[in-house]
Amino acid sequence: MFTYLINIVSVWAIPFLLFIIPLVGYFKGVKVYEAFVKGAGDGFYTAIKIIPFLVGMLVALGVFRASGAMDIFAQLLNPVMSFINAPAEIIPLALMRPLSGGGALGIAAELIGAYGPDSFIGRLASTMQGSTDTTFYVLTVYFGSVGIIRYRYALTLGLLADISGLLASIYIVNLLFK
Amino acid sequence: MVNLIWLFLLLCGIVVAAINGNIEVVTKSALDAAQTSVTIALELIGIMALWLGILKIAEEAGLVRALAKLVMPITVFLFPSVPKDHPALGSIVMNLSANILGLGNAATPFGLKAMKELQSLNKKPEEASEAMCTFLALNTSCITLIPATIIGIRASAGSNNPSEIVGTTIFATACAMLVAITADRILRHRYRKKHGG
Repeated sequence: MFTYLINIVSVWAIPFLLFIIPLVGYFKGVKVYEAFVKGAGDGFYTAIKIIPFLVGMLVALGVFRASGAMDIFAQLLNPVMSFINAPAEIIPLALMRPLSGGGALGIAAELIGAYGPDSFIGRLASTMQGSTDTTFYVLTVYFGSVGIIRYRYALTLGLLADISGLLASIYIVNLLFK
Repeated sequence: MVNLIWLFLLLCGIVVAAINGNIEVVTKSALDAAQTSVTIALELIGIMALWLGILKIAEEAGLVRALAKLVMPITVFLFPSVPKDHPALGSIVMNLSANILGLGNAATPFGLKAMKELQSLNKKPEEASEAMCTFLALNTSCITLIPATIIGIRASAGSNNPSEIVGTTIFATACAMLVAITADRILRHRYRKKHGG
């Protein structure tokens, strides 16, 4: 029931916004079309501005992944995972989650397909995939768009959140589905 | 820190490829990734233009300001360095709401707009401000009420109950968010002590 309601909200949210904002704008005396075009113009420059940041980050990540370096790290983490009651199969997903959204989704889909969506690994992979965002991508794009080079403690924060999301996923899936 | 991680990812990848004897992978993956980056950015242009246009109407109609006012008690707590009625808060709220609803492609334009407005308050334009760190911590750990993509994958893999992971996901993401907010406070405090101010 809850899921059903939320699904309806997800489907209607965008049409609703596209309907209500211009309507309210019109009644408030905004020249709606002119305002839209003025705002939309910024979209181009912002998107172009993030290209160098994106290229830098994605190239490093791409090489790291394709070379097999990531698999080596996954193996090093094996003992840690058995200590926290998590199957070793999900290590690549845990490592990929903060680095690449598309990559992580690919691994999650693979795990779900291989072990079955209703298996322990399938449920854990599903929960992990949904529980945090792609920290590296978000930081690269968001900071890149305003030309910030020094991230202060933002990366530490993002990774801390990722680790907690991961541990919480393992805990709750163990608790409910084991 | 980001410099070191970047260097590590790149060099480590090249060394491993060399040891494994498939150094040609480096060239291919580097060129592929560079092209992918541009594709991502270009695809973003249309979506950005659409939402920034709509946002501009909302702004001129006073809707963004009204939204910011509505959630003021929370934002005052989370973003003490941002003036109470600053437009950045409106964009931040729009971004987080879009994230919560799982509207990924609407979230990014609102988020980038928020960054731009936070940047206007930033005294050191090349360095992340406190408010930016808080915002990104919230953004990357944000609760998603409906992880639509993963539910779709589960359904197509023949799950008996594709959406049974909604509860566990909300729990895990709430934990991540709580840790992010707490850690933000601690790190901010430590950073101020170390760098004075």
